[in-house]
Order: sequence, then structure tokens, then C-alpha cells
Amino acid sequence: MTQKNVKLLQGNEACVEGALYAGMTFYSGYPITPSTEIAEDSAVKLPKVGGKFIQMEDEIAGIAAAIGGSLTGAKSMTATSGPGLSLKLENIGYAAIAEVPLVIINVQRGGPSTGLPTSPAQGDIMQAKWGSHGDYPIIALSPQSVRETFELTVKAFNLAEKYRTPVILLTDEVVGHMREKIEIPAPGELEVFDRIVPEANTDYKAYRVDEGDIVPKMAPFGAGYRYHVTGLFHDETGFPSNSSENAKFMLDRMMAKIEDNREDIVLYDEFMLDDAEFVIISYGSSARTCKASVKKLRSKGIKAGLFRPITIWPSAEAQIAELGKKVNNILVAEMNLGQYCHEVQRIVKSDAEVHHIGRANGEVLTPDEIVSKVMEVL
Amino acid sequence: MNSQLVQDFFREDKLPHIWCPGCGHGIIMRAIAVAIDNLGLDKDKVCIVSGIGCSSRAPGYMDFNTLHTTHGRALAFATGVKHANPELEVIVITGDGDASAIGGNHLIHAARRNIGITTIVFNNNIYGMTGGQYSPTTPTGELGTTAPYGNIDPSFDIAKLAAAAGATYAARSTAYHARPLAKYIETAISHKGFSLVEAISTCPTYYGRKNKKGSAVQMLNYLKESFVDIKAAEKLPAEKLVGKHIMGEFKNVTDQEEYTDLYAKIIERMKGAK
Repeated sequence: MTQKNVKLLQGNEACVEGALYAGMTFYSGYPITPSTEIAEDSAVKLPKVGGKFIQMEDEIAGIAAAIGGSLTGAKSMTATSGPGLSLKLENIGYAAIAEVPLVIINVQRGGPSTGLPTSPAQGDIMQAKWGSHGDYPIIALSPQSVRETFELTVKAFNLAEKYRTPVILLTDEVVGHMREKIEIPAPGELEVFDRIVPEANTDYKAYRVDEGDIVPKMAPFGAGYRYHVTGLFHDETGFPSNSSENAKFMLDRMMAKIEDNREDIVLYDEFMLDDAEFVIISYGSSARTCKASVKKLRSKGIKAGLFRPITIWPSAEAQIAELGKKVNNILVAEMNLGQYCHEVQRIVKSDAEVHHIGRANGEVLTPDEIVSKVMEVL
Repeated sequence: MNSQLVQDFFREDKLPHIWCPGCGHGIIMRAIAVAIDNLGLDKDKVCIVSGIGCSSRAPGYMDFNTLHTTHGRALAFATGVKHANPELEVIVITGDGDASAIGGNHLIHAARRNIGITTIVFNNNIYGMTGGQYSPTTPTGELGTTAPYGNIDPSFDIAKLAAAAGATYAARSTAYHARPLAKYIETAISHKGFSLVEAISTCPTYYGRKNKKGSAVQMLNYLKESFVDIKAAEKLPAEKLVGKHIMGEFKNVTDQEEYTDLYAKIIERMKGAK
């Protein structure tokens, strides 16, 4: 029997382990609490596998260099926290329209502004989806544990490469800094997706989707393809186009590549939902609190259940809509003043009453206060 | 038929360019192609990166790996490209606003790192794309649409700024002095480390019209008359230098190690380590 690779790791350390497992060879970023360990660990480990680390002069440069690295064919990552995510937004839009695979780790902390740098929050849910200007596709995932941080970092790389899009991992200060036992998966145990590159330079069009493909094949810079990349709307050749028809075609295609593949992208977890009459929806570290609350409620004879979206964007629309039809009351529990709750209300409409419990003062929710909130509603 | 240079290094189907009649940018873009031609570079291994603005449209016309990024960020993107694949000859095309205002931080840090990127600043002293607002290189006292009563800001000397920040090669020439310009660009590209060539351009449409500088030809003639080579200037008495600008090579240091070479040594040392 082979020796199991068991470690005691922080969430941030597990993130770097996951990134390396997925094949990360390029990291660029800027130090910010509570994400800094991701940069530190990448700086230590990347040269050992022949990869590159660089500490840039600011958050904007951190993502810009990662996009540059990705264009040469390297699986690239940057990490930050709320204020840094705000600064990266313009270039997140760039990566979306230029269809550059990229993983952005956002270890959420209390905001707005400098806010509560060492305290957890889940306040960047809407920023992750709507932050950059214009309409664009985005994928965001949220882990609840150290082990899941590893797995979802791998998944984030896979989705970024498969759909040629920026993927944001929304962890938080609790998940990032807590230490848990983790068994590092053996090579081959988890799927690793490598970007699809063109096979030959015959009639290569940088933004044309070939029959049977989801996205255009992506040639690395330097491999002989000499194409153009721009943040302007462009046609399938990659060169700018002012045509409104073309802009519609390209944007529709970019939105559809995510929309049409929800089954592959949308991950979620269910706990005691089968016979549930009251549903709690929560994600990330808050969902762990809610699991304890569900157990407490069950012991009081209340048939509570937990739905945990793992993929935050695109949202688990079909699943949440279904829950809304099944129960009369849904409670959304999160460390903000009601961000994901808006999304749940949008999906559920009048099918069920959607309640909210949350705060943004740097304190985590406790099982008992969630129990109390449920009792209050009932 | 287009000249051999155009056929060899430009995307002919993307021409003509969008620049105004009389704009100096075309001369500078051509000088870059001349330098690349003289150096005999493999086009597949050249990556041209730009930001946003008039000059930043140049890469779209040039037949290389080309990357048109966000405003001010060309050097940050280029740093990622170069660091990830040091085999590539990375050239940044940027303007005075793009490089020294919104992108000023990236400029000084790319220079400080001495990363092997060549930056060509098309300096036309104005924000052209947005219609003539004053930039960090608009001379004090001159007019812009946002300096209607005269610019009260002192201006940046971009070549010296880069040199002071750590660039190991820094030079300046003008759209009039196209031959020395191409020569400096050639030296800059073959230079190991961060190099910058400031190319003074002309904007007859906005800067020229607003400041009554005359026709495009008159503006080029002004460059001819007002720029003095640094070596010639050393021999001239002070009174002959009044109102003159200095061009030439300001810095050329070859004994400082380049960033990606230094990083390659780290990889060499650490590769395979647990």
C-alpha cells in the first residue's frame, strides 16, 4: 500500500498545493491580508517545479502580469483580498473579453475599504459577479474547508482553462487561516484539464470556435501564430470590430459558454434536505455553522435542511428554484448584509418566503443565533 | 505596392492606420520595424504589447504576437509575458499619458527590476485619443482642453525618469530624427535589461492646433531645430542651448544582470528541491 500524503495545512497553503496539483506555473500578485500566505508559498514552491513567481508593484499589475503569463501558455494565478479585488476588476473584465484563462483567489475580509483586514467576511459575492463594467461571463467558487480549498483550486484551474475565462475562488479569512488535516490526492486522482491548443497553424483564427469545441483553441504566444489580443470587441480573427452585430455575436457566445454548461460548472452540496420543511442556504465557512444549526433544529423536532452552493456564479438556479417550490421558508445565512440573499430572492420569486441572517462586523455567525432566527420565523 | 518593410513586418490588410494626417506616430512605428529588420529577429518570437491611446493602436498593424491591453498597464502585462517566457523579445509601445500618468508606477518598477523589456514611448505631449487634454509631458504654460488657461504642471522628462528609476538603457530621439531613432531602438532591443526610448512625436490635430504650432511640416521642423544631440550639446556654450531640448543616449549600462536571468538562476538552484 502506498503511503498516504497527509498534512496539516492552512486553507491558504492548501490553495497553493491545489494550484500546483492543477499545473500552475505562473503566479503574480501583491501582498494583502489575509491572502498573503498564498503569495509566500507560491514564491517558495514555484521555482522548485520550474515555475515563475513575481511580486508586482500593485494589485492591478498583479493580475495584468498573470494575464500576460497565461498568454504564453502558463497556467496562471493571482491572489488577493477585497480591496485588491476592487483594484483588479478592470483587468478581470479584460480577461473575460479576451478569453484568457486565469485563477483569482479572493480571501474575503471585512469591508468596505480597508475595513476589517484580519476578520472574515463574505462581502465580495456581488463584486465577484458584477464588479467590472459591462456584461461578461464569470465563474466563482466558494470552499468551506481546507480540503475543499485544495479541490476547488484544482477545479478553478480546470474551469478557467476549459472555458477560457477568469475564475474567482471566494474563500474567507476563516477558511484561509484555519488548519485542518488534509490528505493530498495522489497524481491522477483528481481531473486536471489542460487548455486546448491548435494542432497546426493552418487558417488559425484566434477567436473562432471550431466544430465540437466550447471555446476557440488558444495558441501560446511565441509558437508561430502571431495573432492579436485586445480588450476591444473583436471578431473571430481577434482584430477590433465596431460592428454591433459582431459585438452581439461575440458576447452571446461568451455568455453561452457558461450558461449552456451549468451542469458541468454548478456544484452544490445538500445536508438533510430530503424531508426538509425549512431550508437554510449558506456557503463557505458560514455553511459549517449552519450544518450545526440544522442538527440542533432537528433535535428540537424541526425538519431543517441545508443547501450549500459551492459554485456561487453562475448560481445554482434550477436547484434553488426547486427548493422554493418545496418549502415555505428559506433562510439565507451569510457574512454580509444580504448579497446572496438577493440572488435567492430573484430565483425563488414568490414561491417561498426568503429570510436573511447576516452581519458584516467581522464576527462569524453562531449556530445558536441561526437556530433562534429559524424559531423566530416559524 | 507597399514597400518591402511594410510587406515583411506589417499586417497589410489592417492598413491604413487610424492616425490623423500629419501625425508623427507612423514614423516611429516604422522606425521600430526598421530596427527589428536590422536585427533580423524571428517574428514569431517578438511580442509587442501596448496600453490604450493613439500610439497603443500600433501593435494591431504589426505582424508579431500582439497584445493591446488596458490603459497604463502595458508594462505590467509585458512583465508577465517576459517572465513566463524569457525567449520572447518583448517590446512595449505606449504613449506619454499611458506610460507616465496612469502607468507611471509600472514604468518605474519595470525599470527598477531591469527586466528585459524594450519600451518605446510615443510622446506627443498630449492625450490625443480623448481630444487634447494636458498630459504629464505637456510643457508648462501650454494649452490643452483641460488646461484652458495654460498648464501649470511641471512636466516629466520620461527618458531621465526611466534612467533614474533603474532602466539600464535610456535614449531620446524624435519623429524628425528617424534614423538615429531607429538606431536607438535597435540598441534598446539588443540591450540586456530594461531599455526605454522616448520618441518625441507630433500631434498637429490637438496639441498643434490648440497651441498654434502650425502645420504638420512646421511641427516636424520645430523638432529638427529645437533638439540638440547630447554630444553636440556638451560642446555648445550655454547661450546656444536656451530653448533647446536634448536628445541622444542618456544611459547605457551593460554590467547589471537582467531580471529573468536572475530568476533562472533561482530555478537552477531550487529545481527539484523538496
